[in-house]
Amino acid sequence: MASKAVYSHRDPMLKKRDDFEDILEERRNSSDLRYALKCYTPVVYKGISPCKADALTNMVLQSSHLHYVISQVSKETGRAVDDVQDEASAILEEMAQRLQLSTIRFFAFTLSKVFKTLFRSICVNEEGIQRLQQAIQEHPVVLLPSHRSYMDFLLMSYLLYTYDLALPVIAAGMDFMGMKFVGEMLRMSGAFFIRRSFGGDKLYWAVFSEYVKTMLKNGYAPVEFFLEGTRSRTSKSLTPKLGLLNIVMDPFFKGEVFDMSLVPVSISYERILEESLYAREMLGVPKPKESTSGLFKARKVLSQNYGSIHVYFGQPVSLRSLAEGRVNRSQFSLVPRHIPKRPSEEIQNFVNDSAYMLVRAQEENMVLKPWVLLASLLLQNHHQSQAPGQKPGMALDELTERVVWLRDLSRQFTVVPEIQETLYLRGDVGPKESRSADTTPEEELLSRAVIVLSCASYRNQALHVFLRPALLALAIHAAASTKKREVFYSFSFLRNMFSNEFILVPGATVQDFEEACYLLVKTGALQITQQEVLVTERGHRTIVFLTSMLDPFLQGYQVVCRFLCEEATEELTEKQFIPSIRRFIIKHLLAGRLRYTEVLSSDLQKNALAALLRLGAVQKLKGVDQGTLKVNTVMVNSLEDTLGGKLPTQKVVVARL
Amino acid sequence: MTKCVTLISVLTLNLLATPFWQILILIMEIMKWNGWGYSDSRFFFNKKGQAEFTGKRYKLSGLIIPALKDWFESTFGASLQHKTPATPILNSSAVHPPTLNETFVEELKSTGIPFSHDAEDRVFRAHGHCLHEIFALREGKFGRVPDMVIWPNCHNDVVKVVELASKHNVCLIPYGGGTSVSSALECPPEETRSIVSLDTSQMNHILWIDEKNLTAHVEAGIVGQDLERLLNESGYCTGHEPDSMEFSSLGGWVATRASGMKKNIYGNIEDLVVHIKMVTPRGVIEKSCQGPRMSTGPDIHHFIMGSEGTLGVVTEVTMKIRPMPEYQKYGSVVFPNFEQGVACLREVARQRCAPASIRLMDNEQFKFGHALKPQVSSIFTSFLDGLKKFYITKFKGFDPNRLCVATLLFEGDRERVLQHEKQVYDIAAKFGGLAAGEDNGQRGYMLTFVIAYLRDLGMDYYVIGESFETSVPWDRVLDICQNVKERIVRECKDKGVQFPPLSTCRVTQTYDAGACVYFYFAFNYRGLSDPVHVYEQVEHAAREEILANGGSLSHHHGVGKLRKEWMRETVSSVGLGMLKSVKDFVDPNNIFGNRNLL
Repeated sequence: MASKAVYSHRDPMLKKRDDFEDILEERRNSSDLRYALKCYTPVVYKGISPCKADALTNMVLQSSHLHYVISQVSKETGRAVDDVQDEASAILEEMAQRLQLSTIRFFAFTLSKVFKTLFRSICVNEEGIQRLQQAIQEHPVVLLPSHRSYMDFLLMSYLLYTYDLALPVIAAGMDFMGMKFVGEMLRMSGAFFIRRSFGGDKLYWAVFSEYVKTMLKNGYAPVEFFLEGTRSRTSKSLTPKLGLLNIVMDPFFKGEVFDMSLVPVSISYERILEESLYAREMLGVPKPKESTSGLFKARKVLSQNYGSIHVYFGQPVSLRSLAEGRVNRSQFSLVPRHIPKRPSEEIQNFVNDSAYMLVRAQEENMVLKPWVLLASLLLQNHHQSQAPGQKPGMALDELTERVVWLRDLSRQFTVVPEIQETLYLRGDVGPKESRSADTTPEEELLSRAVIVLSCASYRNQALHVFLRPALLALAIHAAASTKKREVFYSFSFLRNMFSNEFILVPGATVQDFEEACYLLVKTGALQITQQEVLVTERGHRTIVFLTSMLDPFLQGYQVVCRFLCEEATEELTEKQFIPSIRRFIIKHLLAGRLRYTEVLSSDLQKNALAALLRLGAVQKLKGVDQGTLKVNTVMVNSLEDTLGGKLPTQKVVVARL
Repeated sequence: MTKCVTLISVLTLNLLATPFWQILILIMEIMKWNGWGYSDSRFFFNKKGQAEFTGKRYKLSGLIIPALKDWFESTFGASLQHKTPATPILNSSAVHPPTLNETFVEELKSTGIPFSHDAEDRVFRAHGHCLHEIFALREGKFGRVPDMVIWPNCHNDVVKVVELASKHNVCLIPYGGGTSVSSALECPPEETRSIVSLDTSQMNHILWIDEKNLTAHVEAGIVGQDLERLLNESGYCTGHEPDSMEFSSLGGWVATRASGMKKNIYGNIEDLVVHIKMVTPRGVIEKSCQGPRMSTGPDIHHFIMGSEGTLGVVTEVTMKIRPMPEYQKYGSVVFPNFEQGVACLREVARQRCAPASIRLMDNEQFKFGHALKPQVSSIFTSFLDGLKKFYITKFKGFDPNRLCVATLLFEGDRERVLQHEKQVYDIAAKFGGLAAGEDNGQRGYMLTFVIAYLRDLGMDYYVIGESFETSVPWDRVLDICQNVKERIVRECKDKGVQFPPLSTCRVTQTYDAGACVYFYFAFNYRGLSDPVHVYEQVEHAAREEILANGGSLSHHHGVGKLRKEWMRETVSSVGLGMLKSVKDFVDPNNIFGNRNLL
């Protein structure tokens, strides 16, 4: 059942092929109980004698960093030092993990049962496991899995237990803790809980960062957290959050550890458990609060088939090599290391770039399931068939032909797994007609949107492969002429516009442009001379496909702009933004003025707003009217026109970049 | 009573009474031209494969060191079969003929100051003791060497030489003991003028001793051990004992800001000097009085100390002296690990009760010191050793691969020493330290004097190495030790070194706000085409690591030309500009053209 996969960016042949091994196979053939009770002796960070979780909290409470902040807070607030100290202990108490092998064994047993029911296979690249094992012995390790599902971190711990590797401690959002019992179970399986927002709370930040650093420095356990900060509802990678990455890198900058291995882990689900939940959430049905009873109710998912999971442990990245020549560590020589300091711009840029680099590494190692390619095609077909005069649907042999074509194309861009698995039929997802008598057109639209958004989340898994060439295709389409310079302007405008939507490394416009050119020339879709960028005869199909891929986003951003120009009143606040734009879009969709149902996704709307805020076309007011959005109508208008290809990009680019 | 100086056997020659030309011959004969120290003292492996140390000068001299071979072979992966002997004789014809400034030579002759352009004299003064310098000499390779050597006899001779050099635009490089490890003595290859090495070795007299103020006025060419011996004759000492004190000179100490092992009692060179006289191209610089402290603007002594021969020649120094200590006692403490040892040293410094010397060796160095134990004479001693080892590792549960040892030297009157000793051992006990006897302590200090000889032994068998130092705040000590050692190991691997290197450190000095850390690093270079280059790359990386970890560019070795590239970031651009403007004023024509420091 193991499918082969190869990954690379440019030249597939240069990178080593890692084989996947299905770990469920053994579970199906041997006792789960014996497996849960197996002798577990992981290798540890060299020279470290394992310490207890209690010892860890003591170390944190006695650290000079925390002492410093406690006395600072006490001075600022006038509270007694002991009082603040108690608060710090309480925070730590609330936060700390209590990793217990027995809990892990319990999970090992139950999860084996659950996984076998839910999934066909769980495939892991064992070479990655070996690299990880090596890395754990040499330096402190930070595990950075992609985040698509609640399943992610249980799965990670399960895998590490299976391979006899040190169990990680995991940064988890506080919302889990609300789930009685389960929260505690997770805590005992290594999760530590952090509040979602604690911006101004100095003490909280100090306890939290010291706690993470202490675990890391002492090689207590690999530290695991999600760069994306939260589960991606769209299957697209999210813009990385930098807080935790800053914290874990700090001991290296300050010379407290020699080096550190950052290990990107890509978890590809064939079908995500939360699939339809996500779609509903993005359409405005709020997500249910995590609760144990909710979990219990959710057990019906057990009766469904969620296909296979591929987990790829990427090449460990040495932080030292990453920082070589980029970070001057002697900048920390002049202030005692335990005094918290805002990171310098040099450090911030470095952390930001590293975060993007790591998220891209996650993306590159994702496994593309055949269904993903299929979904991309079906979705495009679906949209085209919306247009008048088209008959809906596609003949099976036509679809097959197109999937094969797309597979070949994607192989030239990146290396995707062989499509040798049989496509089995999915009865539950897909544009199927189910019209009951008494639904309003709006309800019908929303129920269709759920399906489209689910479908889009599959397409999104392949987006990173096609992203750069697709941006180029769009740019060619939008540029005033075929002049290379114009195309580049157009490209960099679009790239800038979409950099909240997709993972686009800041400042790497030229590299991305060159990469896109290289890939499209390689596939024969483009011919590029000194001055001009020309689409070839046979490249037409590719270009059309690529443009259609990004078209929903393009239209979505335009709609957001139109909404802000037409509907935004003086009082529009950030909070009202989503509900009002949703109403606006529904209206337009029902009137047939919009083609893509996908535009209803709140994720897209938020990203578009973030981009406009970043570009300064919209401002968030501070003070009394906190959160009120002030729209620069002229600018938003001109951005909309430029997106729509009505204005040359050059002007906007020059004005904005 | 044990005296540290007894480790060093005293030169039997009375240098003072011998005419200079005879001395020159003698020095050339008693010192190696392509290695460290005295010609008669060296390590070698005898026919049985046991290490021996020759000569009569040191405690270790004439003894067999049975464990050294095994340590050497297992640490470096070296083998006695694979030898890399040095070129035995200095081949004068390989030395470039001197570029002489004829008019300068003519005028110099009329002053009667002795000089030479003999190839051996010139080669001898063309180098310090950096690895690349010695490596090249062993291969019989010579770069740019001084064109002539001058031996002024007194301050006035120096004044004359500097005047003539300025007049004829000759480059002067002051030479004291030749123990530099910063490439400070290397002749700049780009120098086109005639280079004259100004050897201060004849200026080696104590001019007067002032017992009322406890000062001595000494000519700057005097070598450490002679100064100490001569002062001892009058019942005094300076207490300044850098590891190189057998060969290094007072002028060199001043010019590099030297530090002595016993600085905790006597202070470093900057604490010891009261008055300095230096001859510069602008004239003589000195203070008008000998007040113990002055508030007269920036202390001009601090332009001189650390100037590394770029401004002039230090000719005479008034130094503090002390009555010789009544009692000396060595000691040692074994700690379960390096972390505990550092914590103990930190506590000792906090309580300001450091003995004359306190040093903490890491585990590798502890093993190294162990390998240097001479053959034990009686079954009883070997039995005792076994018992001690059993007690520490089995009874006390110390891991032999983690434990480390601190060596101590106490000095003063007997009662105070014993009291002090107790205080220090009590602190050590709090950090799990066990007193480990005087012998271990004494052997630790001996290691200091013989380690340079050991490098020569290593170089006979494909092993090259060097030491370097830094100073660092207390809270960074552990991290810097660990990171620099690891960096060395990793760089060696990256640069293709086939065998794991020896990468070890010790904390050698404690201060109120930090410590001085010394690193030793050596590796087996078999299989490398350009070992010196690899060595230099690794040392460079190690220095970068030191700076990244909050360490200083140098604690006492100086900058020379080896560490010049980091001066700007070390002292800031403004700081560098300040130093440059002093140089520009004092020596606008760059007569003192060794190009150190700036």
